[in-house]
Amino acid sequence: MNRWIAFLNIMLKDMRTYYLKPPNVSWGLIFPLAWTAMFFIKSGAGLGSIPELLPAVVAVSILFGTTSMLAVTVTFEKKQRSFERLLLAPLPLELLMLAKTSGAIIFGTANAFIPVIMAAFLMDLSTVAWTVFVPAVVLVAVASTFMGLFIAVAVSEVFEAQTFSNFFRFPMIFLCGLFFPVAQLPIFLKPLSFALPLTYGADALHGSVHGAHMLPFTLDLLILAGFCALLFGLSLRNIKRNWIA
Amino acid sequence: MPGNEAIGVEKISKKFDQVQAVSDISFNVREGELFGFLGPNGAGKTTTINMLTGLARPDSGVVRIGGTDCTKRPRTAQHLIGVVPDESNLYPELTGFDNLCFCASLYGIRKQQRKARAAKLLQDFGLQHAGDRRFSGYSKGMKRKLTIAAGIIHHPKILFLDEPTTGIDVASARQLRKLIAELNASGTTIFLTTHYIEEAERLCGRIAFIVSGRIVRTDSVDELLHPFQARHMLRIACATQVRGTTDRLSNSYPGLKFSFPEENILQVEADEPIKAGSIVHFLEETGVEVTEARKIIPSLEDVFVEITGIEADALRTGQENSGVRE
Repeated sequence: MNRWIAFLNIMLKDMRTYYLKPPNVSWGLIFPLAWTAMFFIKSGAGLGSIPELLPAVVAVSILFGTTSMLAVTVTFEKKQRSFERLLLAPLPLELLMLAKTSGAIIFGTANAFIPVIMAAFLMDLSTVAWTVFVPAVVLVAVASTFMGLFIAVAVSEVFEAQTFSNFFRFPMIFLCGLFFPVAQLPIFLKPLSFALPLTYGADALHGSVHGAHMLPFTLDLLILAGFCALLFGLSLRNIKRNWIA
Repeated sequence: MPGNEAIGVEKISKKFDQVQAVSDISFNVREGELFGFLGPNGAGKTTTINMLTGLARPDSGVVRIGGTDCTKRPRTAQHLIGVVPDESNLYPELTGFDNLCFCASLYGIRKQQRKARAAKLLQDFGLQHAGDRRFSGYSKGMKRKLTIAAGIIHHPKILFLDEPTTGIDVASARQLRKLIAELNASGTTIFLTTHYIEEAERLCGRIAFIVSGRIVRTDSVDELLHPFQARHMLRIACATQVRGTTDRLSNSYPGLKFSFPEENILQVEADEPIKAGSIVHFLEETGVEVTEARKIIPSLEDVFVEITGIEADALRTGQENSGVRE
């Protein structure tokens, strides 16, 4: 049997059913725009602040774009039992969950480039290290998606998924060096910061856009990839334990 | 004709927290068979189906599907099976046609073939007019039909049907039973769980009775009914009180057994044919007004009550809408 037919159709069905719906598209446009405007106005530094703001806005767009939908849709499908249909398909669980999350990864990655396109009209992007920026965007999208999956598998109600998502997402905005450098955080918060995947993604994004970063790019990307594997593995383990018990 | 083993179950058990849902059950289903799994709500029917289809793992025992041991690797035989759950679980936002195409894609079926199969199934199930409507707008009967169609779109050798006619109207239930019989006639092995006794009697070749997670009897419908068919039963409806005649009836007809299933109903049982006219005449002479006397043909319901000790009413909850009593 051609498993990739199943993979592609699960992904396309999710894209069509969930991600390309008007509320989501507007969420993907309005949310990054609002965050950019908010920090742009607050900084008062004019156009000069855009290189520092862009990586943060890109990361926030991915984080919210991926986790908000995935955590809800998987929980929703589990609740209305259509997810059982996928579990009954003759597909390895790993491939099934990759198919289920690939739509969110693509959506999150696409979301990331909306602020980039907007920034292109306001600043010179020729200095951006795209070879670091693009892999960092993709890995942040994968890590955020798998975090959404981890949350979706851990809860049983849609409202729990939303609450649980916010429990992770909002602290991450302030702890991961998006808008405030990790170095400026109180010492007791720093270990927490380094335990979160977005810290490494944000570091690579900052470094690729304006050159300021804490860790070597390769290390940032490797740690981010490690978080992806860990979150995916934990999600699969929870599915096997809780959903195919 | 039934042949090799399609489903083999050996001593499987399943416990959820402190509740023993299924205890040590064993049975097998042969290829081409329509096997009924009959029991009241909460007896363990759905848990058993989940273990057979890979949605749950048994705590102990062995499950074989098409000869493959699925206990340790529950996903290995999933290309052989189709599952119709007790609730219609297709995607509400997709059309009927798109739902079928999507389900076909999960089994690796290519686009043109998917479309052709979906169109044919919509036709076969009388849903061709509703193919481009969203699933969320379907009636309950249409939803059940489309869910069954989705379960067979990949031509499974074994089909699991969990309560297929629960909660739908009489006409739809009749249509579904006809479709199920046709599917079985075309060679599909069917494992049917139901709490409708008459449905099981009408459709199934063999039946297992499950009560409180244990199988209490597995046999063919003919074998189950056989001991009861030797019995003779007469039901006499009266317009006036009949209970007071018990002693006189027993004295006059020592070979007969009398009972009162309802207030003004007298039931007579014997090992030999009963002379209805004599009893009716006797009752009328004692002042009882008889309105009807009818010979009772034993049904699977009587067998179930006898074997399980559970009154059939307990099984029949919600049967009003099933259309079983047509």
